Amino acid sequence: MSAVLRAADAGLVLCRTCGRVSASSVASSIARCPRCARPLLRRAPRSAERTLAWLLAGLVLYVPANILPVMYASGVGGGRESTILGGVVSFWRAGSWDIAILIFTASVVVPAGKFLVIGLLLWASWRANAWRRMQRSTLYRMVEVIGYWSMVDVVVVALTSALLQFKALGTAEPRAGIVFFCGVVVTTMMSALSFDPRLVWDERLP
Amino acid sequence: MSDGSQLPNGGLPPLPRIDRQRRLPSLIWLVPVLAAAIGLSLVIDAWRSAGPQIAIRFQTAEGLEVGKTLVKYRNVTVGHVTAIAVSGDHDGVVVTAELAKNADYLATADTLFWVARPRIGVGWVSGLDTLVSGAFIGAETGDSTARRLKFTGLEIPPALTHGLRGIRVTLESDDLGSVAPGAPVYLKRFPVGRVIDRQLAPGGHGVRVLVFIDAPNDRFVTRSTRFWNASGLDVTLGANGLKLKTESLASVLAGGIAFDNAPEVLDRQLPGDGATFTLFPDEATAMAPPDGEPHYVRMRFPRSLRGLSIGAPVEFLGINIGSVLSIDLGYEPQTQAFPVIVAARVFPRRMGRAYEALLEHGVASSDDGMARLVGQLVARGLRAQPRPANLLTGQLYIALDFLPAAAPVRFDAAARPLEIPAVSGSIEELQARLASVVQKLDRLPLDSIAGHLDEDLMGLHATLDGVNSDLIPPAVTALKRADGTLQSVERVLDDGAPWRRSVEQTVDETRRTLESVRSLADYLGRHPEALIRGRQAARAPAPPPPPPAEVAR
Repeated sequence: MSAVLRAADAGLVLCRTCGRVSASSVASSIARCPRCARPLLRRAPRSAERTLAWLLAGLVLYVPANILPVMYASGVGGGRESTILGGVVSFWRAGSWDIAILIFTASVVVPAGKFLVIGLLLWASWRANAWRRMQRSTLYRMVEVIGYWSMVDVVVVALTSALLQFKALGTAEPRAGIVFFCGVVVTTMMSALSFDPRLVWDERLP
Repeated sequence: MSDGSQLPNGGLPPLPRIDRQRRLPSLIWLVPVLAAAIGLSLVIDAWRSAGPQIAIRFQTAEGLEVGKTLVKYRNVTVGHVTAIAVSGDHDGVVVTAELAKNADYLATADTLFWVARPRIGVGWVSGLDTLVSGAFIGAETGDSTARRLKFTGLEIPPALTHGLRGIRVTLESDDLGSVAPGAPVYLKRFPVGRVIDRQLAPGGHGVRVLVFIDAPNDRFVTRSTRFWNASGLDVTLGANGLKLKTESLASVLAGGIAFDNAPEVLDRQLPGDGATFTLFPDEATAMAPPDGEPHYVRMRFPRSLRGLSIGAPVEFLGINIGSVLSIDLGYEPQTQAFPVIVAARVFPRRMGRAYEALLEHGVASSDDGMARLVGQLVARGLRAQPRPANLLTGQLYIALDFLPAAAPVRFDAAARPLEIPAVSGSIEELQARLASVVQKLDRLPLDSIAGHLDEDLMGLHATLDGVNSDLIPPAVTALKRADGTLQSVERVLDDGAPWRRSVEQTVDETRRTLESVRSLADYLGRHPEALIRGRQAARAPAPPPPPPAEVAR
């Protein structure tokens, strides 16, 4: 537990927009960056609360996203609806294991990983835990970067539905599940964005 | 807390009361609440729309696929298959299907399920769409409201759609013929219904055919309706010759049933749904008056009965009253004879008015009365006799007829079945007579007759030879001469012959001479004096000459 010198302890505050360091104001009135006039905040307000809210919303949406079918594909022999996991399984059985792994990663591993990582970050900062702060901030950066890639699924469904329209020979239509999955991606992204990474370094709540 | 009130005046001003800012929950919490609300609504929706889960047992899951095979009622999708598993006894498959919430009415006790596959029958094709879309599970519900979740699926689709108006009729028959489910039912060759099902009667002594007659033609089914089997081509080569009959081309292939109302019975009462009728083998049998109870009789024939087949008619004075049931060979040790024993079934009711009269006299009502009656008839000469029904095919029938010349026999009235004494058939008699004729012919001294005849013929021949050589040449010359004579006679008698002309002239002259003589005689008659005085000139006109006499030729 090395005591990390924080900007707040040094009486400084960072502008998160332009990066200028100012002296932190004592008054409770809203301070603005002398350079870019953005509000200067020692910590993002209610960051943990927002993160948690988005995270919970994502978790709730993740359930129907996996249960409901995401796509309906019909061919000459009749049509069928497939869920995300069902699609993974059928791709795997059809021999396209690469696509199966890609979809599995994008639609199961990444969202689930995000839930876990954000949950861990929240828990640790709530406890003001000093445990592996470097790794935790690395995890946060990873979550931020990787978050967009979950949209692969949504794009696949959108593209397939747009391209596979051959009337009786074969059609593909999106189903409700993909909307929920899209919601999962958006809420987890919002959750990651709401998290103030500086919370990682706080030993007590500001 | 507020402890500054005790501070003395002039000191430091009291510290401001600092209320901890009352933190309302952030609006951000609406997001998970909204997500939860949506999720909850989905759950509620799914729960509300989830219908009953039913298990259907089939023999095979051919063509069925989990998640893909649909359950359809009147071709509307009402559910889908969610699981297929081999049944616990490994004797079939259990298909689990989830029905839609609004298809609750299918989870009732009398619902039928079957797998719809392409089927082709005579005159119909069904389930062609399943060739492309794959099989589906068809459902058909009934009236029951009792809940049921486990079913046994049918292997063939039911022939009836629920709610179809009409009546169901059960037909009982000895034999199914070629009636298949779906086979048409005809009224006057007009298809009015179809066979739904067929099954063996309990005990296996016959079959039951379940038939459905569509409304509005079901009103033609009355208590006096007769059904008969109109299956296939009815080719009968029986004692009555060759008969070929069919109801329609479809019934030739698929079999069929026809019905009509008996002509004389006027019981127009409608039978209830599910009434039972007899299915007759053919129209003639069906339309015949009811046979009533059969009586069994037995006959012993002394000679071969080749040509008599089982089912051959038994006729009483030409009326068909029954048929042959069995033909058997017996042995009589006393005479070491092998009589042919024929058992037959006769229906006294077929005797019509005679039977009614017999009933009135109380004869035919009981078995013993019947035996007494037969005994009296036998005493009067009633005999069974095989007779050829068809000389071409050699088929025999049994005739019960009065043969007054028959030798009297002892009749055992206590025997069951009744034994009717038999005589050999007319053909056998004919054969016997022919044989005796042949024997007599055989006994004729044909050789010597032929020898004598030959000798006589030889003599005749010699005589004729003599006639030829001695008599004929002079006769020919005589005839020639006669011919010449006749020719000259002809010449003489010819119209232009010179003697005829001279004869005519002579006759002419003779006539004129005679006329002169007559006028002279007349004149002399009037004037006798002329003999003396000579002729006075023109004193009186001469009389008209007489008509010329016809000259004979």
